[in-house]
Amino acid sequence: MTPMKQVLAHGPSIAWFVIGPETGNILVHRRSALVAFIAAVVVLGLVLLALRLGDFPLTPLEVIDVFLGRGEALVRTVVLEWRLPRAVAAVVFGAALGVSGALFQTITRNPLASPDVMGLANGSYAGMIVTLVVLGGSWPMLVTGSLVGGLATATVIYLLALKDGLQGFRFIMVGIGISAMLASFNIWLLLRVDLDVALFASAWGAGTLNTITPATLIPTGLSIFVLFCLLPIVVAPLRQLSLGDDAAASTGAAVGPARLGAIVIAIGLVSAVTAVSGPIAFIALSAPQISRRLAGTAEVPLAATAVVGGLLLLTSDLLAQHVIPFSLPVGVVTLVLGGLYLVWLLVREARRTK
Amino acid sequence: MSAFNQWVAILRSESATLAYDKRIIVEDLSLDIPAGSFTAIIGPNACGKSTLLRAMAGLLAPTSGRMILDGKVIATLSPRDIAQQMGLLPQTAIAPEGITVAELVARGRYVHQRLLRQWSAQDRDAVADALHVTNIADLAERRVEHLSGGQRQRVWIAMVLAQQTPLILLDEPTTYLDIAHQMDVLNLLHELNVSGRTIVAVLHDLNHAARYASHIIAMKDGMVIAAGPPAKVITPATVSEVFGLATEVIPDPVTGQPMVVPHDTRMAIRRGLPSR
Repeated sequence: MTPMKQVLAHGPSIAWFVIGPETGNILVHRRSALVAFIAAVVVLGLVLLALRLGDFPLTPLEVIDVFLGRGEALVRTVVLEWRLPRAVAAVVFGAALGVSGALFQTITRNPLASPDVMGLANGSYAGMIVTLVVLGGSWPMLVTGSLVGGLATATVIYLLALKDGLQGFRFIMVGIGISAMLASFNIWLLLRVDLDVALFASAWGAGTLNTITPATLIPTGLSIFVLFCLLPIVVAPLRQLSLGDDAAASTGAAVGPARLGAIVIAIGLVSAVTAVSGPIAFIALSAPQISRRLAGTAEVPLAATAVVGGLLLLTSDLLAQHVIPFSLPVGVVTLVLGGLYLVWLLVREARRTK
Repeated sequence: MSAFNQWVAILRSESATLAYDKRIIVEDLSLDIPAGSFTAIIGPNACGKSTLLRAMAGLLAPTSGRMILDGKVIATLSPRDIAQQMGLLPQTAIAPEGITVAELVARGRYVHQRLLRQWSAQDRDAVADALHVTNIADLAERRVEHLSGGQRQRVWIAMVLAQQTPLILLDEPTTYLDIAHQMDVLNLLHELNVSGRTIVAVLHDLNHAARYASHIIAMKDGMVIAAGPPAKVITPATVSEVFGLATEVIPDPVTGQPMVVPHDTRMAIRRGLPSR
């Protein structure tokens, strides 16, 4: 036996397998991986569908031809420039929102916590409108405004909820209060500004993917990619954190830095999405818990959540575009679907605590 | 210093003042935890026992004074450095919904794992060993929330064991357990102590402390009233000072260690009325 190259039969329990030799490996949860894989296959199928559907319907073969570098110029334009950015945006933004929610729920140890429920999306949106009104509307400006809005909101919530640290209902309740105030503030702002500015801004108000172009998608997608690359650093300490702060710290986790890092990543993700598409509700709330239930894990599985989040937003956007007889922003669809989910979750939590 | 006190302190508090926000819980407290001892910390509710334990575990920084772990100032050590030396079973530990016994015990291995070495044969063996020692190997794939209180406490102790530290701190490890499971946990801690680990436990039951501990620290209002072997600390005078309770201390009929029997303070007895 060569101990250095030993491959371990399984991880902490049979639910986990080990990828790599003993000297360098990662742990993967079997069912999480399966959930992520199946969701990814469905996402691919739906992307293909999204590329076919529209005022200019295409056959699957025509779409595949485009990706093989063939097909007419018009078909190529329709697929690559009109439909692909929007479908990719739905998947990537959904993934970002899902992971953002997963981070918040892990930090607060509460399935009701998510950046939209807690006002961060409204904060980002407020930042964006203020930037639009005060400084005018170039994209980098709006994105910066959105990020600043999200961070400022998070800071205010943090300071108001500081007494209990970043956990418990206090944090979430303060967030819900701030969220409601910001929503009113945003409406007030929109009522005060010029009509064209208000129309421009309120297009984002419900959360929409109508305005996605390669020019807005690429920088946002890259920011999300960079933030995703930072996730492995916080995953292990966050897992310890779910045991309680004291248990996490005494097993060697740097509780403060891990929590701060996770919050910054979570805010970055939700702000990046909100800057381009406005506050899209409920993906961040529901994707983590849906994937956790499907995967049967103790903590929210981030990879599966990302894919499920992408699947949820893409499905919602397809419904908004093609199923509902009149055009709706995708945010309205996620609001309805997510609202149903929230009712179910509240009923379940109420039953559990009884 | 008498010859009895010739031990090495593995953990020591040097004039430490401990406070939450501005509220001072423990002021200017100095004490030593003897290496290799089974130390019990006793005292009335809210006397600062848990606060002291958290500070000794490096979870609460003293506002003045310092905590020393094996010769090093704890405030200068990283969580990882501390976790190599010392494990803690806090009162506040949460088992995430759906976690299995083996997974929870494996969480104790965190300090030995790296970003790209998340599982090793040492991890596997440490978890298997911890499950075996705590007698819960059969439950490895069960969900923690489906276990009884006694089993669950064994799981948490197994998690701390899997960390493989020479020093283990436990905050009220027997609270909420029935008497059989209390004995069960204390016997387990005794075995761990005999096998070479230093144990520091906050205990509520004086007779448990007297029977199992080799060193007892009696606290009241954030101060150490007495510290030493059970025979020295468990006396009517100390118990009266610490708990304000009149007691007899007699030899435990089973072990011969001191045993505390509170005086009968029921009204009827005090008035000299016949008791049934």
